[in-house]
Amino acid sequence: MPHDSTASAEGHLAPLSKGGAFARLAGIGVIVLAVAGAFLYLGGWFSPSALTPKRFVDGFERVDGIYSGFRRNHAKGVGVSGFFESNGQGTRLSKAVVFQAGRVPVIGRFSFGGGDPYVADAPNLVRGLGLLFRQPDGEEWRTAMVNFPVFPFKTPQAFFDNLIASQPDPQTHKPDPQKMEAFLAGHPETVQAMKIIKSHPVSSGFDNSAYYGLSAFWFVDASGTSIPVRWSIVPLQPFAAADAEAAQGDKNYLFDALIASLVQHPLQWHLMITVGQPGDVTDDATIPWPDGREQVDVGTLTLDHVESEETSPARDINFDPLALPAGMAPSDDPLLSGRSAVYSQSFTRRAGEKKLPSPVAPSEVRK
Amino acid sequence: MNTRTTAQRQQFTALMRFFHWLTAALVLTMLGIGVAMVASLADYHRLVSIHRPLGILILIVVVIRYVNRRFSTLPPFPATMSSRERFVASASELLMYTLLFVQPLVGWGMLSAARYPIVMYGSLLLFPILPHSAMLYAVLRKTHTVIAYLLFLTFIAHFGAVLFHTWVVRDGTFSRMAPWRVRAH
Repeated sequence: MPHDSTASAEGHLAPLSKGGAFARLAGIGVIVLAVAGAFLYLGGWFSPSALTPKRFVDGFERVDGIYSGFRRNHAKGVGVSGFFESNGQGTRLSKAVVFQAGRVPVIGRFSFGGGDPYVADAPNLVRGLGLLFRQPDGEEWRTAMVNFPVFPFKTPQAFFDNLIASQPDPQTHKPDPQKMEAFLAGHPETVQAMKIIKSHPVSSGFDNSAYYGLSAFWFVDASGTSIPVRWSIVPLQPFAAADAEAAQGDKNYLFDALIASLVQHPLQWHLMITVGQPGDVTDDATIPWPDGREQVDVGTLTLDHVESEETSPARDINFDPLALPAGMAPSDDPLLSGRSAVYSQSFTRRAGEKKLPSPVAPSEVRK
Repeated sequence: MNTRTTAQRQQFTALMRFFHWLTAALVLTMLGIGVAMVASLADYHRLVSIHRPLGILILIVVVIRYVNRRFSTLPPFPATMSSRERFVASASELLMYTLLFVQPLVGWGMLSAARYPIVMYGSLLLFPILPHSAMLYAVLRKTHTVIAYLLFLTFIAHFGAVLFHTWVVRDGTFSRMAPWRVRAH
């Protein structure tokens, strides 16, 4: 039954010579290797010096060390929660449900920049505030803000290069000034941004500090019109200048002051949307928008509950700046996708680790 | 005449071939996106935004494909295949179905455990299928990578085996699943 045993579209074929069979096998090998190689190429195997999320987080670990269970950056922190009361003014800018008049629950986390969860509180450390607004439809708006009006670095690569340049020398325990100078020489935008940051008054605590979203985003309204925006939160707590002497040897004095004031009364901020004009830069967080841009107060953030990292849901939340509800979209700022990728990598690493206790203990402060 | 009918019966049904090539295109795209996005800073967000809904699409396609396969008549194995080769082919098919079915569920589960909003498109979200647990996320995230590599290896083995049968053994293995209709000479 020849048609049964060899029935094929190719019909009956002469047997392959040994050389022919070998050539075909070799051809198959080349094709399979090429396909596998294409995937390895996509995965970055052939560009070992390119900056990847893994190498970025390796950098944090190299400079700050590894503290089991803690974030690789903004490691020292405390969980908070409360709500956002929208006044409805934001609906003309964005169709996001969070801006419809009413209240949505908020989870947040105050932190200091850097990978050391035991760092001594100091007014000149970067203060961070991660927020998660939960809309009734299940969508979420997450944002990770700091108390700087602009960001010192334009790209993830610049951030990383600065991180590595600032690595303390094992002998002096201080960054090598030559490396820092070399970095700044190659990054005039950082020099400019640092001038703006230095001229910005630093408040006495977490509670009376403003926090800035830094990057530009797009808001999309109900008709589909997009506008560039930036956002910040402005404290209702009155400003007082920072006093470095206030620490008096207490390594947690700023967190303890935050906890003490939060236990006494809710803390509040206005959520301000800055509306950009055509031509305003959207891809460079080191550059502020010109003065006089329209500011829309879209509602009040109230934080009325504080808890330690051990019990707060905030510890195991990634405040990914690109978790956005419909009505908000990322700009072309390269920091955004880079942060999203690096936060995810940091989250993945710490998620599986044993959680060491945080030095910030709200239950102790309350006593 | 006799040869022709045999050859036609040697091909999988048109619907089975359609699902095969649809799965192949989706899964290869997915493997490419997956391996690129975990190594990318600039394109990470764009790729993740495709990765999530594409994974759910693959889950849906795989379920429909499996149901269709159960209700279809399969052509017999080529007579050139030994019983051991037949066993390997059947086992690898089962393995691929299992991996393709489990991988999207692991992805969905891991995003649930991480408490990420699982955005499909715009305001369309998937509900979480697991409680918020960082440790569970960590385990599933590793599992997702392991399954992705297993899928890639089974694809490479499948691809290499088909090329070997088609070009060296020359038993018409490819034409059984060719996207076009193949008639005997």
